[in-house]
Amino acid sequence: MRGFRTLAPPLVALALILATWEVLARALQIPAFLLPPPSAVARATLAELGDLALAASVTGRAALYGFLMSACVGTLVAIAMSSSRILERAFYPYTVFLQTVPIVAIAPLLVLWFGAGLRSVMVSSFIVSVFPVITNALSGIRSVEPALRDLFRLYGASRLSTLTKLELPAALPAIVTGLRVAAGLSVIGAIVGEFVAGFSESGAGLGIVILSSYRQMRTDLLFSAVLFAALLGLVLFGAVNLAGHLLLSRWHPSARNP
Amino acid sequence: MLAPLPDPPEPKRGVRVSARGVERAFRGVGGAVLGGLDLDLAAGSFVALLGPSGCGKSTLLRVIAGLDSPDAGSVTLDSTSGAARVAFVFQDAHLLPWRDVLSNAALPLELTGTGAAERRAAARDALDAVGLGDATHKMPHELSGGMRMRVSLARALVTRPNLLLLDEPFAALDELTRQRLDDQLRALWAELGLTVLFVTHSVDEAAYLAERAIVFSARPARIVADRTLALPRARTSALRAEPAFGAEARALREALEQGGG
Repeated sequence: MRGFRTLAPPLVALALILATWEVLARALQIPAFLLPPPSAVARATLAELGDLALAASVTGRAALYGFLMSACVGTLVAIAMSSSRILERAFYPYTVFLQTVPIVAIAPLLVLWFGAGLRSVMVSSFIVSVFPVITNALSGIRSVEPALRDLFRLYGASRLSTLTKLELPAALPAIVTGLRVAAGLSVIGAIVGEFVAGFSESGAGLGIVILSSYRQMRTDLLFSAVLFAALLGLVLFGAVNLAGHLLLSRWHPSARNP
Repeated sequence: MLAPLPDPPEPKRGVRVSARGVERAFRGVGGAVLGGLDLDLAAGSFVALLGPSGCGKSTLLRVIAGLDSPDAGSVTLDSTSGAARVAFVFQDAHLLPWRDVLSNAALPLELTGTGAAERRAAARDALDAVGLGDATHKMPHELSGGMRMRVSLARALVTRPNLLLLDEPFAALDELTRQRLDDQLRALWAELGLTVLFVTHSVDEAAYLAERAIVFSARPARIVADRTLALPRARTSALRAEPAFGAEARALREALEQGGG
């Protein structure tokens, strides 16, 4: 019953929006290349299901690799910066650069360096998604209670055991928060990367499908591709949420009584 | 809960603490916090340290623990039985929320490299000593404030310290829980024969717990009173109603006011 009550409102809202959209698109005779009715999008999705699923798997793979790179590199960078004020002061400004740089602008550079295909797309996904991991992990490590650091110092804990037994577990809730944001961003980074990095050897990703359906005025297919991209982001986000819940549910208030 | 033991522990196992000319200043704080302080604590004594807030009590405690180094002067710890083992109890329990009670209590031994079986046994003993023997698998968030503080106390005792430093440990607890923990701490001290230095801002708590009470002035800390309390060794809550207790508490309060508290 509780599941129904939480699921029903958004589903009803969705049905209402789709119905209104369908009725308006037909009644006002909006050209299909501007705004196809939902029924047309559904037809296109079914007709091109195989290609869309393949595209989603190509983009999904690049996004997943980019995300994993962000998770590892971002956490390592945060650990390095938290160990040394000088390192933090020297390099933090450039991590801000990672967040503010327009990925579309440097994507051609990535193609020059890594060639068209998976590697460029993956790096693009990484660049877009690494910043929130760094900032969240860094602030998580920085906000360890000073008394707990004193406790570890009192018993002569090594740098490594302070890291693994205090700093990382204490920062874990913040790291999970950063990974949640990174999950969505990594899909965005992958699609933008595909816009520029073009076809990869393993097939066309969603970014390519979006570009080609735009050029062919297949707006219905464009909507399908956007839908798949959103689903990819959701799946990655859900996986991070689930992992976070499993890791934190025993002790952290954010993961109890969902 | 343990009953307070009437007999003095023999032999004394505690550490003798001597501080000589300890000076410490912090940037941003006007003037020195500690300005050439001398202090001696006898082995196995229970000393309460009183003073207005910000006067340097905590700083002295941290210097003694080796968590902070003085700008000048020195602190020496002499132990008749092997090396000095210092334990520190903070203002709040400060447990690791991702560990259960047992592995929280075992943490100091884990950090000093004691084997798993041995440290679990020691942690179990320490938890038994504070009356938490049946809560070993609870997580910190499942415990009351008083229970968390007792885990913190067990964590401090697990290394069998001979110097126990406590920085206003029970200040955040309700009166009843605090009195119960005071009794427990006294009993543990009597049983284990360690040196205890207890920082508090409560005159009554100082008089109830300690054999000797030292009152600090406002910053820079200097000793305005150093009293050996003329109270019986066995303390029960009835003591709080005795005239002798009232007289000691009054004397400490006056010293505190005189020192600018």
